[in-house]
Amino acid sequence: MATTTLDRPGARQRSRPRLADASFRYITGAAAWLMIALLVGTAAFLIAEAWPAMQKYGIFGALTSDRWAPSEAATSKGNPYGILQFVYGTVITSFIGMLIAVPAAVAIALVVTDVAPRRLRRPLSWLIDLLAAIPSVVYGFWGIFALIPALKPIVVDLNDSLGKIPVIGTVFAGPFFGLSYFTAGLILAIMVLPIITAICREVFATAPISEKEAALALGATKWEMLRLAVLPRSRSGIVGAAILGFGRAIGETIAVTMVIGNSVLTISTSIFGQGATMPSVIANEFNEATEPFHLKSLFVVGLWLLVLALIVNVIGKIIVSRSGEHIA
Amino acid sequence: MPRISRTGSIATALAGLLIAGTLSACGSTGSGNSGNNSGGTTGSAAAPKSGGGASFSTAACTSSSGLKPGFSNGVATVAGAAKSLSGAGSTFAAPAYSVWTKAYASTGTQVAYQSIGSGGGVAQIQAQTVDFGDSDTPMTDADLQAAKGGAILHIPLLVGSVVPAYHLSGIGSGLKFTGDVLGKIYAGQITKWNDPELTKLNPGVKLPDEQIAVAHRSDGSGTTGIWTNYLTKESPTWVSKLGGKATSAGKEVAWPVGIGGKGNEGVSGVVQQTEGALGYLELQYALAQNTTFGQVQNADKSAFVQPCLATDTAAADKANFPADLRGDLTDEPGTDSYPIAGTTYALVYQNQKDKAKAAALVNFFSWVLTKGQDLNSQVSYSPLGAPLQKRAMAQLSKITVNGKPVAG
Repeated sequence: MATTTLDRPGARQRSRPRLADASFRYITGAAAWLMIALLVGTAAFLIAEAWPAMQKYGIFGALTSDRWAPSEAATSKGNPYGILQFVYGTVITSFIGMLIAVPAAVAIALVVTDVAPRRLRRPLSWLIDLLAAIPSVVYGFWGIFALIPALKPIVVDLNDSLGKIPVIGTVFAGPFFGLSYFTAGLILAIMVLPIITAICREVFATAPISEKEAALALGATKWEMLRLAVLPRSRSGIVGAAILGFGRAIGETIAVTMVIGNSVLTISTSIFGQGATMPSVIANEFNEATEPFHLKSLFVVGLWLLVLALIVNVIGKIIVSRSGEHIA
Repeated sequence: MPRISRTGSIATALAGLLIAGTLSACGSTGSGNSGNNSGGTTGSAAAPKSGGGASFSTAACTSSSGLKPGFSNGVATVAGAAKSLSGAGSTFAAPAYSVWTKAYASTGTQVAYQSIGSGGGVAQIQAQTVDFGDSDTPMTDADLQAAKGGAILHIPLLVGSVVPAYHLSGIGSGLKFTGDVLGKIYAGQITKWNDPELTKLNPGVKLPDEQIAVAHRSDGSGTTGIWTNYLTKESPTWVSKLGGKATSAGKEVAWPVGIGGKGNEGVSGVVQQTEGALGYLELQYALAQNTTFGQVQNADKSAFVQPCLATDTAAADKANFPADLRGDLTDEPGTDSYPIAGTTYALVYQNQKDKAKAAALVNFFSWVLTKGQDLNSQVSYSPLGAPLQKRAMAQLSKITVNGKPVAG
C-alpha cells in the first residue's frame, strides 16, 4: 500500500481522535469506578459504625431477639436491641404490597400493551409512570387523611368476620386504629406499581406478534390469546419485576413511617396492628439516640437493611436478565 | 368475537378514574368530620359539649394575673458582649426561643437557636460546638462527666406542661384522670374507655364501650421525659410493667402498648385522626391544634386541675429544686398546681473561655429571665415562679471567665 499524503503530515491529526478516545475511556471508567466505590464505601461505613454494637452483642446478636428497648440498655444484661420485629415489619409490609401490586401491574401492563386502543396506550402508561413522581411524603399524607378513613369500615368488618376464625384469626384480629402493617402495605403497593408495570410492559411488548396472531387465528378470544402467547413466556420477567419492586418497597421510609404506627417493642401478630420497619425505626430514633449503643444499633439496623436490599436486588436482576430482557 | 370498542375502553377508563376520585374525596370528608372536636380553651369556663358533669376547675384558669410577672432583678448589662450567639436543643422550648430571639434582636445581638431535640442539645454542648444548649430533662451525671469544657450550669427558663389529649365523639374537654389510671392505660391494663376506673372518675359522662387507642412519642423527647416522670411517681402499675424506676422514666421508654407518632405534631395527628385515642401533648400544641384535653388530679389528691398557664405557674411556685437546679416539676403540692408540669434548662459552661461570648450569654439569659418571661404566655408557656426565677438568676452570677465572675 503506497503511503498517502495523509499519512506523514497527518500524524498529529491521527493522534487527536486517539486522545479524545483515551480521555473518554478514562473519564467514563472513572465514573463507573466511582459508583462502585460509593457502594463499597457505604457498606464499609455502615460496618465500621455498627462494629462496636456488633462486638458487644455479637454479629448476629441483633437478629436473635425481637425486643427493642433502648431505655433498658444501661441496666439490662442481655441484648436490648433485637431487630427481628423490624425485619418482620419490612418483609410483611412489602409482601402485602407485592400481593396487591403484582396482579394489578400485570393487568395494567396487559391493558397498555394489548387491550387498550392504540391512541390510549401512551397516555395510560404515562399516567402510571406519573405515580412514581408523587413524593413519598405526599403518599404518607394521603394515606393518613384519605386512605385510613376509607379503610376503617371495611377493615372493621374484616376484624369481625375473618378475625374470629380460630387459627388464622389472629392475623386479622382487631382493633384497627388505622395505622397498621396493612395500611403501609397498601401504600407500598401503590408506590411500587409504576416500576413493576414498566418492566412488565417491556416484557409483554417482546411477545412475538406471529404467536399472538396464530392464537387468534385458531379461534382464541383476546384473554385466551394473552394467556397462551404472552403470559407464559413472560413468567420470569414478571417474577423479576416483582422482586425488583420488592427491593424498592423494603427501602421506602417516610410514607411507611407515617402510617405504620411505630410500635417498636415486639412483633405484632395481626396485620392490622401497629409495628415498625427497619427504615422507620432509623428515621424515628436516630436524632435522640443517646442511650449506650443506641446509635450504633441503629447502624446495625441500617447494615442489615442494606444486606437485605442487596440480596433482593441481585436476585431480581439475575432473574430478569435470565428471561432474556435487559430492562432493569 | 366482539372487538373491544374504543368508546367502550374510554368509558371504562373514565369510570375507573371517577370511582378512584370519589373514594379519595369520601375518605377525606370522613376524616374531616371526625377531626372536629370541641376545643379546650384556656381562659373561659369550657363546659364540654353533651358530656355533662365534667367541667374544669375554672377559677384558677380564668384569672390572667401572673402571666406577665414583670421581673426586674436582672444583672447589669455586661459590656463588650459578642454580637452573636448560637444555641441548640429542645423542641419543647423552640417556640419560646423564637419569640425571645426575635425580641432580643433589638439589642443588637443575634441569637440563633436550632431546635434539634434535647439529646442533640446535650451532645452539642458537650462537644462545645454551640454557645449554649437546651434540654428538657437535666443532664445525668454521666452526661456531665462527658462535657469537654468542665462544669455545666442548669438554668431553668420557662414552665410548660403536658396534657392528656383524647378524641371521643360527643365528649368535650375536661375528662378527669388520675396518675394511676393514666399509668394503667399506658401499661395496657385498662383497655376500654368504659372501664370502671374511668367511669368512677367521671360519673356524669357516658363513656363509650371502645378500645382506647393509646398514642405516644416514637422519637425521644423531653415531653416524654416529663410524662413518664409523672407516671413513675403516681402509678406503681406503670413502674412494674416497665421493670423498675430506672427504665420507667426518661426521654424514651419501652412503651408496652400504643401507636407512636413522631413529634408533638405526630401524636396530635394520631389523636385527632383516631376515634377513641388518648395521647399526651404539650399544652401549647393542644391549644394550637384545638384538641380536646382532660384534667388531672393534683398531688394532694384534693381536686382535679385544668392544665393552663396559671396552674403551671402555681406548680412552679412550689418547686423545691436541689442546689444545682437539676430537679423536676411533676407532682408539686398545692390545690391549684397542675401535676404534669416541666421546665426546660439552658445548659451553659460555668467557666467560659471567651470574654465576649460570656458577656453575651449573661446579658441574653438575664434578659430572658426578666423581660423575656413576660413573653412566655404569647406562646402558651408559663413564666417561672418567683422563687425559681431568683435561683435561676443566681446561676448567672456563677459564670466566670478565667476565674473572674462576669456578672457585675
